[in-house]
Amino acid sequence: MKTRYTFGGDEHIYVEMDEEMSLDAFFKSLSMSNAVRDAKIPGVTEICPANASFQVRFDPDVTHPDEMLKRIQELEAKAEDAEKRMTTRIVEVPVFYRDPWTHETLMRFRERHQDPQGTDLDYAARINGYDSVDAFIEAHHSAPWFVSMVGFVSGLPFLYQLVEREKQIEVPKYVRPRTDTPKLTVGYGGCFSCVYSVRGAGGYQMFGITPMPIYDPRQQTSYLRDFMVFFRPGDIVKWKPIDRAEYDRITAEVEANTWSPRTAEVTFDLAEFNADMADTNKKLMEALDDA
Amino acid sequence: MTLEIVSPGLSTTIQDLGRPGYFHLGIPEGGAMDRLSLRAANLLVGNPEDAACLEAVFMGPEIRFGADMVVAVAGATMPMTLDGAAVDGWTSFEVKKGQTLKFGFLTEGARLYIAVAGGIDTPPDLGSRATYPIGALGGIEGRAVAAGDVLPVGQGTGKAGRTVAPELRRMPGRPAELRVLPGLYWHRITEAAQESFFADEWTVAAEADRMGYRFKGGRPLEFVEREQPFGAGADPSNIVDGCYSYGSIQVPGGTEPIVLHRDAVSGGGYFTLGAVISADMDLIGQLQPNTPVRFVRVDMEEALAARRDQVAMLDKIRGALA
Repeated sequence: MKTRYTFGGDEHIYVEMDEEMSLDAFFKSLSMSNAVRDAKIPGVTEICPANASFQVRFDPDVTHPDEMLKRIQELEAKAEDAEKRMTTRIVEVPVFYRDPWTHETLMRFRERHQDPQGTDLDYAARINGYDSVDAFIEAHHSAPWFVSMVGFVSGLPFLYQLVEREKQIEVPKYVRPRTDTPKLTVGYGGCFSCVYSVRGAGGYQMFGITPMPIYDPRQQTSYLRDFMVFFRPGDIVKWKPIDRAEYDRITAEVEANTWSPRTAEVTFDLAEFNADMADTNKKLMEALDDA
Repeated sequence: MTLEIVSPGLSTTIQDLGRPGYFHLGIPEGGAMDRLSLRAANLLVGNPEDAACLEAVFMGPEIRFGADMVVAVAGATMPMTLDGAAVDGWTSFEVKKGQTLKFGFLTEGARLYIAVAGGIDTPPDLGSRATYPIGALGGIEGRAVAAGDVLPVGQGTGKAGRTVAPELRRMPGRPAELRVLPGLYWHRITEAAQESFFADEWTVAAEADRMGYRFKGGRPLEFVEREQPFGAGADPSNIVDGCYSYGSIQVPGGTEPIVLHRDAVSGGGYFTLGAVISADMDLIGQLQPNTPVRFVRVDMEEALAARRDQVAMLDKIRGALA
């Protein structure tokens, strides 16, 4: 990993921990962005952590960009020493794979896709070496995921699967982005899964849809009363495959405001995870059984 | 007090100076595309600089006033009439209850800022009234204004007859020059592409809105060859999804640069080659499609000097209207 510092115009400093994605890069980025927040450097207005990088927005009238850069660079050694361990939560997110709404949308934008003949799931399963779409879906939901970034629009989570590099699913984004994506689509691009928090443009492959709202600007949804955005970096997600009947049941409960996701508090330790992924994941998912 | 939208024009939204602080959640700062013009419009009617105004793009709305009030319009040049009588831009004027303000055709710039003394008083979301339709925040339940909307107006103390001198009104030239500080993923394109980006003349494409302005017409940018890093995606313009800077310039596929603006997406998987400097962001808000544009390379000290020039200009407006 080699850290790269650069300016984004005169109001941003962009720090890339690594060109490629890894949990090590994520944890270093998170530790360092926390260190920047704790340092309370005059002029810092916003800190945005991302998958393997982070960005600081600042007022260059308060602190000169060169001085700001120096102050941030000084925090790198501290971030390297920080423990890669966090208390967080695991959330079970129901997913209706192969749903009719993303299917209708992906057919509408077929000419923008790498493989106009099939579906996004057919294509993703094939290029990742799976014999069937069912086996691919199984791989997508059997191991948990880690929210490594929140952003793009309105609280959209980017998720990284907690499996060995060789088991990671990788897919390209659409050749040309769509102008429409159903709200709450479960998507995939690069090595990341995502949930589209709102309807809109998008370039990720579409695998299914969740009935679980994750953004509510009116803050009326029972579990979004405290804040309008559900996910935060470090959340762990377990997809739960559901069928149409269960999708409809949950949707009705969401509308009646009586549904909330199953969650449990867990601790995630990167060293423990790297030492035994299967066992760490098993323990994470067991925490949900008691929720 | 209220005002009524008789017709909304093309897209008229309530904007102020935005809601900084939520970009890490994918909620952009938003607010006026041309912040200097919004501040000037507010100062003309005696408002705090961050009061909410109407931002109208390319076409003016038609507005009927529900009470006597003081109004000023800054930004783009567009003839306007109050009950048929011409009134000047960049100058505050009185309106009487029941009078109607109408606009003619745009002659310069792209966005109007219509301020009323007391400010538009719709409910704020996350500290701002700025309309952000994607996230359904601000405005009227998150949307642009529509015919028949009756907007609440606060209590103001503005006076008619105040004006901003012509030399303090800033509009892009032709070709428009946008100063750019190279950085971010600048190293991803070849030296030849780094040169052609600044040498070529670009024009504003049709896809130009509050999220971003797209440009076309320059030579495609070639990438430095590499094996794509894990997680980035196969296209040479792809990176592992990261944060975007306001003003940053992404070039998907190396063909058409997009400058992210106030309603920017907060991150994504395209490389960016640097950013338009903060002092020139307002100018983008006044660009019409098909306008020729040149990107001009500057260094950090030049960017900071330009920023100081903008502060000095705003201070002059403040001084003149104090």
